[in-house]
Amino acid sequence: MASRNDVAKSPITGTATAGAAAREDARIEISGLTKRFLTPAGEVFTALQDVSFTVEPGQFCAVVGPTGCGKSTTLGMVSGLDRPSEGSVKVGGREVDGITDGVSFMFQADALLPWKTVLGNVLMGPVFRGVPKQQAQASARDWLRRVGLAGFEDRYPHQLSGGMRKRVAMAAALINEPKILIMDEPFGALDVQTKAIMSTELLTLWEQIRPTVVFITHDLDEAVALADRVVVMTSSPGSVKAVFDIDLPRPRGSVQEIRFQPRFIELQHQIWDTLREEVERAYARTAGGKA
Amino acid sequence: MSTTSTVSPAPAGNGAQASVETDARRKVRKRVTAMWTGRIVLGILVVGGWQAFTALGIVDKFFFGQPTGIVTRLIDLFQHGTEQGSYYADIWTTLQEALIGFAIGTVTGVVVGVALGQSRFLSDVLGPYIKIVNAIPRIVLGSIFMIAFGIGTLPKVLLAAVLVFFIVFFNAFQGVREVDRNILANAKVLGASELQIVRHVTVPSALTWIIASLHSAFGFAIVGALVGEVLGAQHGLGLVIKTSMDNFDPNGVFATMFVVAVIVMGAEWLIGKLEHRLLAWRPPSPSEVNSL
Ligand SMILES: Nc1ncnc2c1ncn2[C@@H]1O[C@H](COP(=O)(O)OP(=O)(O)O)[C@@H](O)[C@H]1O
Ligand SMILES: [Mg+2]
Repeated sequence: MASRNDVAKSPITGTATAGAAAREDARIEISGLTKRFLTPAGEVFTALQDVSFTVEPGQFCAVVGPTGCGKSTTLGMVSGLDRPSEGSVKVGGREVDGITDGVSFMFQADALLPWKTVLGNVLMGPVFRGVPKQQAQASARDWLRRVGLAGFEDRYPHQLSGGMRKRVAMAAALINEPKILIMDEPFGALDVQTKAIMSTELLTLWEQIRPTVVFITHDLDEAVALADRVVVMTSSPGSVKAVFDIDLPRPRGSVQEIRFQPRFIELQHQIWDTLREEVERAYARTAGGKA
Repeated sequence: MSTTSTVSPAPAGNGAQASVETDARRKVRKRVTAMWTGRIVLGILVVGGWQAFTALGIVDKFFFGQPTGIVTRLIDLFQHGTEQGSYYADIWTTLQEALIGFAIGTVTGVVVGVALGQSRFLSDVLGPYIKIVNAIPRIVLGSIFMIAFGIGTLPKVLLAAVLVFFIVFFNAFQGVREVDRNILANAKVLGASELQIVRHVTVPSALTWIIASLHSAFGFAIVGALVGEVLGAQHGLGLVIKTSMDNFDPNGVFATMFVVAVIVMGAEWLIGKLEHRLLAWRPPSPSEVNSL
């Protein structure tokens, strides 16, 4: 018990002393990012056009934009899974080349291994990095406790509800104590109530370890409630249309309550005014294409 | 229905539920009874018909055997053995060849399948050749192996291994190709090396496919061993079949066929057990859930 608690506490104290803003290596600078794909027909399709924005260390940045505007593509290049056609992504001043160190990803779809137990799934990060088994197990158990899943260690993912699976994914993403957390519509598939609960929990955990977060969502309320900065992207080919700083005080507490604050409503309206035009244009294009 | 509601003092809702349950259970029992009746009747019809037709002389038992004759021959084989010695020794020889061939074919099939599934370059280079080899009637390779390695157990093991290899290989290859892209991306971002991805993601994911292939693969291992023995051997069930054939003894062929069937069914059962253990993580299939 004693040894388990030691391991459990070390990450929190470690990051607290390091200080959130001091971690210069967690700054993301995206400049002139362009991505082109070759379509099966042999044509060049520009998915992203000259995207530039910066996410400060420890900042929570939400990215909103019409579907298909290249949000996921952008994140793929931040994590190093994909290469830009032009421009660059710098993390902590160093250009991304290969998988970015200290990054965790959360997807909309489940990325849990169905053949591993809940514990086994959370263990993956430490195991891949060569952390000794005992230590890895202790910290996995601790993270499962933190996301409220103590006692579910031996279940398989298919035995859990959608919300519980998200919590496992969250523990699996955070156990490596990433300096950067990339989330691609992580709660998009959840029902409204579960989503609100998960968002609040995410905020609590984020405030504890303060990684830099890039959070894609199509839910404007979610973006404003969670983020320090909201990047609005244009319809395809995606570029940055506007950047909003969200000055709602922290800690924000429950995501459901903040919706009723006048400042929240004001910001939400401003952003929606900017976004609506793009969404309508994207919609007209797909609807036109289908007709 | 009325009995349940009078016996239980529970509210009406519970009574209704209980009657639904007994109703459903009765239906299931009825279905199971009908199924077993059907099975037994069919079995009796086929075996009894065979016996009757040969006994009445409509079908010549000299060519087509006779169930009672097969049973007698089977007992005789086990008690007195064959020309080349104990029947158990023949069974053991064939079983051994099939098992070793099965093991070699499975291991190489999995290794090559995973390697090719993993590497775009390798699969591009080897793809056409594998298609060509797959198009060859591989059973004919038995003759080549006999020429090259004589009439010992080696050519039988090799033939069994070749037959098994292709089945397992194609399934392993396909299984690797079907790995979920999100899971792969996630493992990469978490810092997995190539080897760790193979071990933690690719192989477990392909396992469903690989194990599915093992069911038919063991049957092919036995076929490989038997064909090899028919082509030329000093021991084994294939030799027993061949000798029976040469002696115009259809009952001997059928008796040995029966033994082979029992072996394959035993292996099938073991593979089923293995499947159950290795794939314990899988959600139960809908039919399993629904069956009362
Ligand atoms: N590998 C690819 N090959 C070709 N086109 C792609 C590829 N990945 C994404 N795209 C295209 O790029 C555009 C942006 O995709 P994506 O980043 O997934 O959008 P979203 O903003 O909805 O996440 C889409 O039109 C998509 O069809
Ligand atoms: Mg997307």
